[in-house]
Amino acid sequence: MTITIQQVVFIIISAITLISAWIVVTDRNLFHAAIALMASFAGVAGLYILLDAGFLAASQLLVYIGAISILIIFAIMMTRRLMQTTESPYNSQWRWGILGALLAFILLAVLIFQTWPADTFAGPAIVSPATLRGSVTDLGEALVSVDQFVLPFEVASVLLLAALVGAIVIARPEDSQ
Amino acid sequence: MIPLSWYLIVAALLFCLGLFGVISRRNAVAILMSVELMLNAVNINLVAFWRYLAPEESTGLAWAIFVLTVAAAEAAVGLALIISIYRQRDSVVAEELDTLKY
Repeated sequence: MTITIQQVVFIIISAITLISAWIVVTDRNLFHAAIALMASFAGVAGLYILLDAGFLAASQLLVYIGAISILIIFAIMMTRRLMQTTESPYNSQWRWGILGALLAFILLAVLIFQTWPADTFAGPAIVSPATLRGSVTDLGEALVSVDQFVLPFEVASVLLLAALVGAIVIARPEDSQ
Repeated sequence: MIPLSWYLIVAALLFCLGLFGVISRRNAVAILMSVELMLNAVNINLVAFWRYLAPEESTGLAWAIFVLTVAAAEAAVGLALIISIYRQRDSVVAEELDTLKY
């Protein structure tokens, strides 16, 4: 089996994603962890591009790297003691954490290789660009058409409004009532 | 050609790294970052299954966008909670937030 260019790109992007994710969960310095988190999000956006989901990759860049990472960095800067690097980053149950994560991964890997062995679905489904429903137009129509996702879409807008109001109310200082 | 299982394994690894972070990190912000990693892993799965099994429908992409929305809302409220707790207790270490225990 020869390795194609696409596979090489996939392996590089996955390695970037996973190594930065490893830094996120192990680095003592939270600021470094937040920067690695941005790299990990960028890697996931790369995977979306490999999967022909260009719009989702753009949303990933805007929402995760542009908004959520900045929010996390703000929170790290506003709580200064987070930046100190002498204490252990882990609590007393980190051994159980390793055990649980390993068991979960073994379970998932067995499931994946039993259900979708590497020789089935060896490549993405071959469809002509006209039937591939990944464009912004398709997605926009799906999100607001009555027989598809208009109800989850409206619920998501209510959720965002509630989160907006809730975040302001919770983070407001007590004495400024 | 990339087999479907490659994407699933990468997503599983990312999910388990996030799981380890959620269980083991002391800092509340670090726990929140690990939750974001887990949500990203779920999204990779959604998009991979969409592309390999149902590319003629927009279902997978639409749900991935809903997950993105929920992740944004969760991050906003979670960080507001952390800032509020830091103001009151002067600490964001999850172990020290034990008022409900006593």
